[in-house]
Amino acid sequence: MDVQAAKQIGAGLATIAFVGSGIGIGVVFGNYISGALRNPGAASTQFTNLYIGYALCELQGLFGLLIALILLFT
Amino acid sequence: MALNPMEQFEVKPVSWAQHPLFHIGHSPIYFTNQALWMIVVFVSLSLFLTLAVSKGRVVPTRMQSLAELSYEFVGGMIDMTSGPAGFRFFPLIFTIFMFILFCNGFGLLPIAFTVTSQIAITFFLTAVVILTAIVTGFVKHGFGFLKLFVIKAPVVIMVPMVLLEFISFCARPISLSMRLFANMLAGHTMLKVMAGFVISLGAAGGAYTLLAAAPEALIVGLTALEFLVAFLQAYVFAILSCIYLSEALHLHDNH
Repeated sequence: MDVQAAKQIGAGLATIAFVGSGIGIGVVFGNYISGALRNPGAASTQFTNLYIGYALCELQGLFGLLIALILLFT
Repeated sequence: MALNPMEQFEVKPVSWAQHPLFHIGHSPIYFTNQALWMIVVFVSLSLFLTLAVSKGRVVPTRMQSLAELSYEFVGGMIDMTSGPAGFRFFPLIFTIFMFILFCNGFGLLPIAFTVTSQIAITFFLTAVVILTAIVTGFVKHGFGFLKLFVIKAPVVIMVPMVLLEFISFCARPISLSMRLFANMLAGHTMLKVMAGFVISLGAAGGAYTLLAAAPEALIVGLTALEFLVAFLQAYVFAILSCIYLSEALHLHDNH
C-alpha cells in the first residue's frame, strides 16, 4: 500500500470522530428539552449553557475533520 | 461531470483585476475574491447600521428595529456572561458578531464567496479575541492572572488540573477558529456535493432525470439548515468570546 492510499484511508477513518459528536449533541439537546419540559420557567436561563455544550460537543467531531483535512492536503 | 466541490473555496484574483496591485518584497498582492466579498460585507453592514438608526424614530421602522434587536441581543449576551463590567467589550463583540453573521449570510448567496470559510480570516478574528483577553487579564490582575489556571483543591488534584487548564487555554484559539471555519467548509461542501448529484442524475436521462428531484428537494432543506448554522455559529463565536473575556476580567470569581 503506498502512502497516498494510506492517507485516504486514514482520512476516512478520521471521520469516525463525528459518531461521538453526534451522540454528544443528541445528549445535550435531549437533556435540555427534558429539563425544559419539567421546569419551563428555568429553560430560557439555560439557553447559553445549552449552546456552549453544543459547541464543545461539535468541536470534538471537527477535530476529526481537521485531521482528515491535514491528511488529504499535506 | 466531475465537478470539484472544494473549488468554491479557492482564493483567486477577481476576473477584472488579474494584475497584482503592488508587491511586498517579492510577493505579489492581488485583489482577490475574498477581499471583494469582505468589502461587500463591510459596506452593506455599515450602510445597514447607519441608515437604520440615522432617523432615530421613537416608534422604530422595520429596519431600525432590526438594528435595535441585534444591539439588544449582543447586550443581553454580554450582560449574562460577564455582568456590567463586560460592557467595555461591547464594541468588539458587536463588531465580531455582526461581521461573522453577515459573512456567513452573504456566503449563502449562490454567486458569493464565503469569507469565513478561510482559516486565515477566522484565526485572525480569534487572535484578536484571545490577545484582548490576555492583555486585559494582565492589565487588570497583573501576574495574579495566572491564578486562572489554579483551582482550590488538594495538591494531588491541583497539579494535574493546572496542567489540564493550561492545555485547554492553549487549545482555545485553535478550537474557536476551527469551529467557524470547519462549519462553513462542511456546510458549503455538502451543498455542492448534493448539487453534483442533481447534475449527474439529470444528465443520465430517462427515469433517472425524475430521480434528480430528490437531491434537489434535499438541497432546499439543507439550505434552510445552513441559514440556521450561519446564525448559530456567529452566536457561538460571540458567546465564547464573551466567556473568555469575562474569565480574564473576573478570573474564577462569580460576578
